[in-house]
This record gives sequence, C-alpha cells and structure tokens, in this order.
Amino acid sequence: MKNIRSIDPLSWCGFGINTKRDAINRPIGNRLHTYISSNLYNFGSVQFIILMGSQHHDRCPSSQPPQVLVIRPPPVFTVHEQYISNKFHILKAYDSALPTHDFLQANAQFVKAVLCSGNGPITADVLRDLPALQLVVSTTTGVNHIDMAECRKRGIKVTNIQDVFSDDVADVAVGLLINVMRRITGGHKFVRGGCWPVTEQYPLGSKLGGKKIGIVGLGNIGSKVATRLYAMGCIVSYTSRQIKDSPFTFYPNVLKLALDSDALILCCALTNDTRHMINNKVMMALGKKGIIVNVARGAVIDEAELVKCLVEGEIGGAGLDVYENEPNVPKELFGLDNVVVLPHSSACTNECFQDAAEVAIGNLEAFFANKPLITPVTNDF
Amino acid sequence: MEAMGVLMTYPMSSYLEQQLQNRFTLFRLWNLPNKTHFFNHNAHNIQAVVGSTHIGADPELIDSLPALEIVSSFSVGLDKVDLAYCKEKGIRVTNTPDVLTDDVADTAIGLILATLRRICEDDRFVRSGLWKKDEFKLSVKFSGKKVGILGLGRIGTAIAKRAESFNCSISYHSRSEKPESKYKYYPSVIKLASNCDILVVACALTEQTRHIINREVIDALGPKGVLVNIGRGAHVDERELVSALVEGRLAGAGLDVFEHEPQVPEELFGLDNVVVLPHVASSTVETEMAMADLVVGNLEAHFLKKPLLTPVV
Repeated sequence: MKNIRSIDPLSWCGFGINTKRDAINRPIGNRLHTYISSNLYNFGSVQFIILMGSQHHDRCPSSQPPQVLVIRPPPVFTVHEQYISNKFHILKAYDSALPTHDFLQANAQFVKAVLCSGNGPITADVLRDLPALQLVVSTTTGVNHIDMAECRKRGIKVTNIQDVFSDDVADVAVGLLINVMRRITGGHKFVRGGCWPVTEQYPLGSKLGGKKIGIVGLGNIGSKVATRLYAMGCIVSYTSRQIKDSPFTFYPNVLKLALDSDALILCCALTNDTRHMINNKVMMALGKKGIIVNVARGAVIDEAELVKCLVEGEIGGAGLDVYENEPNVPKELFGLDNVVVLPHSSACTNECFQDAAEVAIGNLEAFFANKPLITPVTNDF
Repeated sequence: MEAMGVLMTYPMSSYLEQQLQNRFTLFRLWNLPNKTHFFNHNAHNIQAVVGSTHIGADPELIDSLPALEIVSSFSVGLDKVDLAYCKEKGIRVTNTPDVLTDDVADTAIGLILATLRRICEDDRFVRSGLWKKDEFKLSVKFSGKKVGILGLGRIGTAIAKRAESFNCSISYHSRSEKPESKYKYYPSVIKLASNCDILVVACALTEQTRHIINREVIDALGPKGVLVNIGRGAHVDERELVSALVEGRLAGAGLDVFEHEPQVPEELFGLDNVVVLPHVASSTVETEMAMADLVVGNLEAHFLKKPLLTPVV
C-alpha cells in the first residue's frame, strides 16, 4: 500500500458533495496519512477520489473500510460475519424493511462490490440497480445464480472460490456412492431402530470394485471424484464438454455414458446445455441397477422423472445433495431405502467455510487495492 | 461327496447354504429343538464345520464332533476358531482372505465419510423436514487429514491406498514395522493415536489386541479424533468408548462391530456423531458369493485330497 503524503487538492473537492452517499463520503478525518487505494471515479464533471481505508485503517481510525453489499447473506458470510465485517463495511440489504429494489435504489448506487451466493441471485434486474458495480464475489464455485452475460456486457468482474470446495464436494460424491451401494444409512437406521437383534440379517449391498462409474463433467470436482473411485477399484469413464488430458475413457455424450455405466456421478456446471440433461432416456439407459449421485445442481436432473424412476424401480438408487427447488425435497423419496438425501451440504465443512471466507476476502482486498483478483471466473466457465 | 457331512454353525449366507446343500449332506446348528439329541445322532457323520464370525469352532464343538477333519470359516478373521486346538487335533482350518479385502476397506472409507461428513445425520435432517426450518451443522473435512491404521495387513493396506487418494497422510502401528511400507510407523498404538485425526482398527483379534483401544488410547486420539472399527468389537473397550463419546472426549465414531453383537449400546443411538452398522463390512452380493465359493472350494479340495486353497492350519 502506498503511503500518500501529498494529495491532489482536487481530491478534496470531491468530499462532501454527495451527501446522500454515506458509504463513500466519509470524512477522511484530520489525518492526512491515509493509505489510499485510489479509484478515480468520474461522475459527471466532478471527480471523486474514493478513499478506502483498507487493512491499515487502524492507523486512521476515522477512515472507513471499503463498502461491500450483501443482498442475502451467503452461508459462509453468516458463519464468518464477524471476521468479514472487521475488514469491510457491509451494506446489508436483507436487514432493511424495504424491498430489495427500493433498498438498492436508495442506498447502493455507488456500490462497487457485492458478496453473494446462490440464495441471493445477481440477476439482470439486480445489476440494473447497481450502476457502479464492478465486482461480484461469490462464496460458491457455481455461478449459475449470476447473470454472467450481463456482467460480461458491463465489464463487471466475477470471482468464485474455484477449487476451494472441490475436495469436499468430491468427498461427499464418493461418500454418497458408497453410502447408497453399501446401504450405510440404511444399516445405521436398522441398528438404531433396534432391528439387529430381531432380524439379524441386513440386506446385502453392492460391491464398488469393478463397477463402471460414469462421471458427468471432469472439472476440478469430477477429476477428484475420478481419482478417489479409481483407488477403490472402479472403472472410471466420463463425459465433458471436451475431451480432457485424462487416463479415463471419454464418452461424447451422457446417453452413451449411461448405457455403459453402473452409476453416474454428476459434477458439471448448470448451464442451458446441462439443464435436465439427466432425463428419462438417460435413466432408462442407466438401467434398473443404476445409481445416480448428484453434487452438481438439482436442475441437471429432470427431478419429476427421477422420482418416478426411483419409485417405479426403473433405476437402482440415488444419492442427492441438490434439488430443483431447495429446500423442498420430493416427499416420495423419503419412503425409499435406496435413496440418500443431503441438504446441499457437500461443501459445508468448517475447513471449507474458513477457506471460502479467506478467498472472498482476498478477492475483495485485491479489488480495492487495484491488484489482480485471486480467483476470477473466466469466460468459458 | 454327498456322503460328506458338513455342519453350518449359523445362517450367515443363504447362497452358501444352498451351495453346501447341493454338494454335501448339510446339517444346521440353529433352530435345533434338542442339541444333545442332534449330536448323539449325527456327530459321527460330520466331517466339516463351516463357521462364521458369530459362531466358529471352539473346543466344546470340536470335542463333540469326533469325525471332524476340517473347519472352513466364512470369514477372514479366525478369533472364533481355536487354532491351537485344531492344530493339536490335526484338524485343517481355512478362511476367506483377499476376496473381502476391498469391501471391508470400502466400508472403512464409507464409515469415515458418513461420520465426518454427517451423511446419515443429514439424511435424517432432510427426511424429518427440518431443512426448511433449521440450519444444519457444518461437518468436518476428510481430505488431507491424518489417518492412523492399526494393523497394516491386506485390509489395512487397502484402506491406506484409498485414504491416500483423498490426500490423507498415512501412519500405522503393527506387530512389527514393515520396512517395505512407505507409511510412517509408530511403535505403539498410543503414539499412533496421538498423531492422527482418524484411527482405523484393521488388525486381527488375538489375546494381545483384545481391548487394545482402551481409555489411554481414546484420550490420546482426543476430542477432535474419530475412531473407525472394522475389526472386531473386542478390539475396543466398549464401555470406555461409549463414555468418551457421550462426554465429548472423542469427536465421533464409525463402528461396524461391537463386543456383544447384535447388542449395541443404546447410548450411541442418540449421538449424531456416531454411525453404527450391523457387521456388514464384507456384505455385498459379489463378495458373499466369492467367500462362499472359497469355503466350498476348500471343502471340495480337502475331500478330494487336493491342496487347500486358503489354509491357515
């Protein structure tokens, strides 16, 4: 951080002009020794220098940390609110009685950064209410809750937490496959229900070794799932938008993969191409003993069709972490002992939330310091 | 070979039962209205015992079968077979190694994930409709953790290989250090427990390993440690384990075996950090068949005076 000893007198003109915008027009105080992460901002004929007290704001107690908008609190933010709030001034739209649009109109016209996750989508409408926005920081890996096209058009940068969650999500994908094939949750309930002394024999599960597992999407998560399952003796194949430099067999489409697989693990991003990609045809191809594990997004599967296939025994079982309309989970699944249902928790570990908070903070700090972002989302995500 | 009498000690597998029925004269040691009457009339016709992890071949059973030649166990663990007595009597003993190694190792990993990542608990959370109202607890990451394996035999090695793919660091304690192993050796189980996040019991049950997981080891594993047992229930001082879990001195446990199966301490049922299974680590359709085929294969080899497939004694 540069120690600015002399300040362009013009900068002083910018102060106090726009009294509505508390977030920006904080008096610098009597101290001139301010660490400035400058952001020259043109607003009509007036130039503002937005003075940001960053991590050195303790040296200038009257300068405020940079402002970050939160429309709906990401779970990572909820857990680490204190930690994040120590570094940034959080503008909480969710604390206001005003509808979001009205709140943003009244309070967020100069907001440059927003912190979000899936529960607070950054739609075109939201973006329209944030004319000064330059950065969207998501505490997730998936960015389907952000209008990426609109961001690209406006030159708004987007960061996610890239690889931070991929180990945890891969672990749960594998955990779900083992759990369904080996009937672990069922066995646990059998014992806890006091059934073991009575019935003694619990139904047999299905061996993992030698089974053909098809991974849909061989990105960070998919490739980690592949490594783990390979170590367990599974025969791993995959389908992806393009063939990867990978030792595993590539299938050009999910239908062909399903025909030749005992289980499908969904690890792909949700896009227009992948929405309802797992449909009736794919499930029939997978077959009556086939297992589906979904740690991607609920909408990758035609959920109504999945429920029908499970209830009618057209597929062998499912391990699901995500659903089309969370937190609603089709009740028909609750009566099935070959289905395991999780509350979108594959990324929800203590360690990952800590790491995600660090990455989000890192991106915000880099942005406000005019440094390269740590985990920007590239165009072909 | 139909003339050969085989005594099955327990209904451990209907597939096995059918295979034995097809080839031999099969006697069943369960649901007997009068055991004495049974032995009086049939003992001299029984040349083989097929035992399991529930009921094997102890001196009492061996003595009641004067024509006994071979014990073929439907298991790899032989803690229920008196090996010394069999050797003394010239009775052959076989087990089912290798064919169940993968399944047991998979169960260990499955239990680790189910416990650390709260898979069974979160499934209950969703099914009870709580997701719409409540927050669920964050779970504990598995990847990258330190895994300590007690017993680096076939099963322990298979567990290590799997855990490595999760970027875990592996350490072990065994009767003796294995110089060819790349994993870190600890000379005592307490040192192993002190230096790992997840302790997996994968050794054979012997007099030396009975209650090897005791209060001291549990304390060494610590309040953030997790115990996974796919060995035998008697490896663990179960009362100490239950107290540690109830009092929060251990972070969690994934258990497939218990000291007095099928009885499981009920205090465990109310804990959301404990996963319990009904001794199913090798219970898959494929492995049950492979184990049964090995049992039958050993018996046939014996009766045809050919070399046994997987002899122990």
